[in-house]
Amino acid sequence: MSVCMMEDLETVGAAYREAAARCARRIVVCAGTGCMANGAMKVLGALREAARAEGLDLETELRFEDGAGHDGLMTRSGCQGFCQMGPLVSVEPDGILYCKVRPGDVPEIVRETLLGGRPVERLLYRDPATGEACRGREEIPFYALQERTVLKACGSLDPEDVREYVAQGGYRAAAKAFREMEPAEVCREILESGLRGRGGGGFPTGRKWEMARIQQEPRKYIVCNGDEGDPGAFMDRSVMEGNPHAVLEGMMIAARAVGAQEGYVYVRAEYPLAVARVRRAVADAEALGLLGPDLFGTGLPFRVHVMEGAGAFVCGEETALLASIEGQRGMPMPKPPFPAQSGLFGKPTIINNVETLATVPLIIGRGAAAFRAVGTAGSPGTKTFALTGHVANTGLIEVPFGATLRHIVHAVGGGVTAKDGTADPAGFKAVQIGGPSGGCLTEAHLDLPMDFDNLTRIGAMVGSGGLVVMNRDTCMVQVAKFFMQFTQNESCGKCVPCREGTRQMLALLEDIVEGRATEETLPLLETLARNVKLGALCGLGKTAPNPVLSTLEHFRDEYEAHVHRKVCPSRVCKALMTPAIEAALCKGCTLCARKCPVGAITGERKAAHAIDPGKCIRCGACVDACKFNAITGA
Amino acid sequence: MSDTQTLTIDGFKVAIQGERNLLEVIRKAHIELPTFCYHSELSIYGACRLCVVEVEGRGAIAACSTPPEAGMRVRTQTAPVRELRKVNLELLLASGRHDCPTCGKSGSCKLQSLAQRLGVDKVRFKAPLQDKPLDLSSPGLVRDPNKCVLCGDCVRVCQEIQGLGVLDFAGRGAQVTVAPAFNKGMDEVECVQCGQCAAVCPTGAITVRQDVEAVRAALADPAKTVVVQVAPAVRVALGEPFGLEADPHVMGRAVAALRRLGFDKVFDTAFAADLTIMEEGREFLERRAKGEKLPLFTSCCPAWVRFLEQEGAAELPHLSSCRSPQQMFGSLAKDLLPAELGTTREDLVVVAVMPCTAKKSEARRPEFAKDGNPDVDFVLTTQELARMIQESGLALGELEPEGMDTPFGLKTGAGIIFGNSGGVTEAVLRNVAGLLGGEAVIDEVRSAKGRRTATLELPDGPLRLAVVHGLANARALLEDIRGGKEQVDFVEVMACPGGCAGGAGQPGKTAASAGARRAQELRRLDSAMDLRIPHQNAHVAKVYEERLGEPGGPEAHRLLHTGYAVRRRIQGEGMALTPEGQGRVPVSVCVGTTCHLRGSQKLLQELLGRVEREELEDKVEIRATFCMEACDRGPTVRVAGHTLHRATAGQAMDLLGRILSGELQPRTADPAEAAHACH
Repeated sequence: MSVCMMEDLETVGAAYREAAARCARRIVVCAGTGCMANGAMKVLGALREAARAEGLDLETELRFEDGAGHDGLMTRSGCQGFCQMGPLVSVEPDGILYCKVRPGDVPEIVRETLLGGRPVERLLYRDPATGEACRGREEIPFYALQERTVLKACGSLDPEDVREYVAQGGYRAAAKAFREMEPAEVCREILESGLRGRGGGGFPTGRKWEMARIQQEPRKYIVCNGDEGDPGAFMDRSVMEGNPHAVLEGMMIAARAVGAQEGYVYVRAEYPLAVARVRRAVADAEALGLLGPDLFGTGLPFRVHVMEGAGAFVCGEETALLASIEGQRGMPMPKPPFPAQSGLFGKPTIINNVETLATVPLIIGRGAAAFRAVGTAGSPGTKTFALTGHVANTGLIEVPFGATLRHIVHAVGGGVTAKDGTADPAGFKAVQIGGPSGGCLTEAHLDLPMDFDNLTRIGAMVGSGGLVVMNRDTCMVQVAKFFMQFTQNESCGKCVPCREGTRQMLALLEDIVEGRATEETLPLLETLARNVKLGALCGLGKTAPNPVLSTLEHFRDEYEAHVHRKVCPSRVCKALMTPAIEAALCKGCTLCARKCPVGAITGERKAAHAIDPGKCIRCGACVDACKFNAITGA
Repeated sequence: MSDTQTLTIDGFKVAIQGERNLLEVIRKAHIELPTFCYHSELSIYGACRLCVVEVEGRGAIAACSTPPEAGMRVRTQTAPVRELRKVNLELLLASGRHDCPTCGKSGSCKLQSLAQRLGVDKVRFKAPLQDKPLDLSSPGLVRDPNKCVLCGDCVRVCQEIQGLGVLDFAGRGAQVTVAPAFNKGMDEVECVQCGQCAAVCPTGAITVRQDVEAVRAALADPAKTVVVQVAPAVRVALGEPFGLEADPHVMGRAVAALRRLGFDKVFDTAFAADLTIMEEGREFLERRAKGEKLPLFTSCCPAWVRFLEQEGAAELPHLSSCRSPQQMFGSLAKDLLPAELGTTREDLVVVAVMPCTAKKSEARRPEFAKDGNPDVDFVLTTQELARMIQESGLALGELEPEGMDTPFGLKTGAGIIFGNSGGVTEAVLRNVAGLLGGEAVIDEVRSAKGRRTATLELPDGPLRLAVVHGLANARALLEDIRGGKEQVDFVEVMACPGGCAGGAGQPGKTAASAGARRAQELRRLDSAMDLRIPHQNAHVAKVYEERLGEPGGPEAHRLLHTGYAVRRRIQGEGMALTPEGQGRVPVSVCVGTTCHLRGSQKLLQELLGRVEREELEDKVEIRATFCMEACDRGPTVRVAGHTLHRATAGQAMDLLGRILSGELQPRTADPAEAAHACH
């Protein structure tokens, strides 16, 4: 069947809803990458087995034609966000969410919940603060404290069923844009919504579209940037895996706004599931006539290609990404011309990030004013973040712009954890935001309303939205070095400041953590950081010094301790530690002496041992080996 | 017309007059902003970040990639941009082994001169720990990645001007290098040795290979008689490093210098150019009379010859069979001079001084040698001759001009203008038009455009000419000829911009900056000659009379003509997968990208399995090789010189069986292989 008219969409949606209503329950197994890695597919298999054993009639696919009632419908969803607790299984309409489900737990779920209508208490989430079991999302603080709009459908929708997306109101916004709005109107609506690019820079999306719209050129392109490469970021992957049709719908609306006929989704090859789901979504949308030669009876064509990136971080930069699609080496080009003027194959091109495009249908569907009602004046709407690091609830979250870091880390995230994973309420040290292009936020920023402008003002950036929480045992020089190593490895090597500057900054940071730094090291590091920021060709190079600059600003004393006193206050940098054995605690077990690779430790059995500082290479093996905490570092 | 638009640079108003970018406006205002990667004839690259300026309201931006706008307020000397330029240079100085005093580029290196100009007085950064290996594969060029600043000039000149794309970037981060495909040597890929990469290289990363010491050794050997031929374009550039651009007697002084350096005879390649015209003119008239193998392509430029051998198999018969003037000279010299000078072929050393790096490669072609003794023993570039003169301490400008030796020192103006793009055409026209009774009208031929065509009305019909320089232009012309869009009878191709005068062997300056002056000087030398038509060259006439017979005759053919063969672009032996040995049948399976995608890996596995099962392991040697350049017909397998396209393991086994049983004779080489071997 081909969907050309609004009415056809309604027909598809109604058919789905009717068929779904014939299933008494719906069991959704999270099939995001995290849960899959933890065995979600085995859980799904066990569910099928157990249901058969109990004689339950569980459907795995909605059958439209059969008209019969079923005990339940079992589907997969995209990432439900609470990755720390996966694999996740939810049961509707009971409103139950089970956490860390193992295949062995499944028979009990089937018996108790599907047959008996009772929750399995031990599989429910337990609020660490109160010790209370939480039945479902409404009761779990991690979910209750978020505002999930873009991610809303990710947790429930079957990403491989276009009919469900349609049943939930999908493709109505695209239909509206094509049938009821002029291109200029679409641009104006997006401009008025205040939507800003979610990929990093925060450029107003409506302005970008308008620039492309006014180009007098018959061929134009829409490119979806799914080359999410920041360490610790997985928002775009989750959206592509969990709600690929929303991304396609956003692209269709963009195509309408600027008059494009073709689109590309550029996905990292390291995201095989996202690639597969987007491909499937394109095929399904084509089969329904949603994509193709004639969109919604307007006679306007739009086709989408899916392209896998070859694994270069720099290809997230838009001009490099375009070069990569064209089959060239992914290296940025100077701007202007901007892609909106001359982009893919020299034609006007809109490049938007996945999350931005997934937000677009919400704006066209509900109107700019409704979108502006959430978030801050300068940064309306919500933002997804990938919350990782030393935090209790790692996972994918969404909060309105203007939410504070305190809200995110302590409320949604459930607080900071220590090295061993236990709660450490006073352990907060910093949050790295925006990955290798961003900066760190500290205690002082906990109550800062987070939006594009506030973060830029303090030398950080929203970036694509990775939030890495760091506890007090983290060495900030090591953090800066980690990101510098990343940007240096991923530099395309085109411009001098990025290629050579990051290499030298990395060498200076290595000097610092290895104890080789001199009085000149820090001034030189700052000089380099300043010049790389000023002189690099593309956004990635210009922002590469940010982790160094912001850790230097907020944790300068830590740098100085490394440089001047040759001490790592967090006791992370092994080269700066001088291990010593505290005689009172040493039992003389000889383990450290056996572990020492250079024979620097001597001592009689059952007597206190000692370390020869002349021989010691500060590898730290003895510290790790000692069972009695008798060996101290600095 | 509207009012002139202006912008301000450092507080001074400057008019915008159609400049493509801010850098051009700034340079027009007599501010020489430093750059590595900007060349007006190449695309904008924006990588060196030296031309960064501050524009009010827009911050620091690279001038090369910013279109000028009216009202812009540009500042080129603020503290941040000055610091940026110095730090960038300092970073580059730490990026490799920039050991100036011992670098061949010292004195003409841009990194060196900019560091000096901008006052970079220390390098606070660490140099890389390991040196990268040099590429010494080419007869004419040396690539030293340790001196590369990755400006990409070579990449773009090869791609955009020469249409080849031999070099490109590889790797990421600190590992980025510029390299040929598969990191092979330049001479093992489609490089034609034109050397334009070396000409644009701002540092010593790609330089001309030095053969001075070998020549010095021959000069020092009392048993050897050393003669030298000097190409036309050398005389208009040799003066440049000595500040003698305006000196009309550079060639005469150079003759004096060459004699003082120990050369026994000093001859002129222009003499051989006169011979070339005689032969090529005859060849053209014969083809024109028969109406076959037209257009005729000139064959003086070895880079072009190699290009066509690689990419124009169908057009090879159209290439003039005339050897280049350098090789005609060598062939005649080795034939006639031993008797004349009382020596033997083995003890006669022929040195050529050329504006060209590809000539070094040409002199080594095996067909230009007799029993292993090459017709031209050594080729020096103009640069190398200048260095020899400088080393010896000879004050070129002070030497009294001297004349060249006879017989090969005599030439006409037609031979001289061989150094310019369009010169060969003009010279041939003087000859042919004379023979056909027409008039040679040549204004269009003399223009500096990269591609130009002209039609000459002659009594036997119109003569349509095309002249191109730059191989990208040549390729475009070739495609138009193939597509029927261009109908021509005679095509002159010179690979270097401006022709030989802009060759990569010329000193320092690029063709773009020195080209016009050199071209003009060659034309002045031509017009100053009494003899301007090759027929008037008495020594040429004498050589025909005494040695060669008729132009185009059998002796002339033996000594002055040559043949061509299809040549593979990627050279290399591949990887042996089984033991090798005498008497084994060689089997090569292509595992290049396309063949791999077409299943060559599976084919290879199957082949190895079947060879093992049928117990043929000691009878064959199986190799995995890279591209055999038949990608559209892959997988390609070659068994003892017989090529299979769209091959299967079964077909390869059948072929192998037929060879092992003696039913089919092994071939030593495919035609393509033969071409490979002939280099």
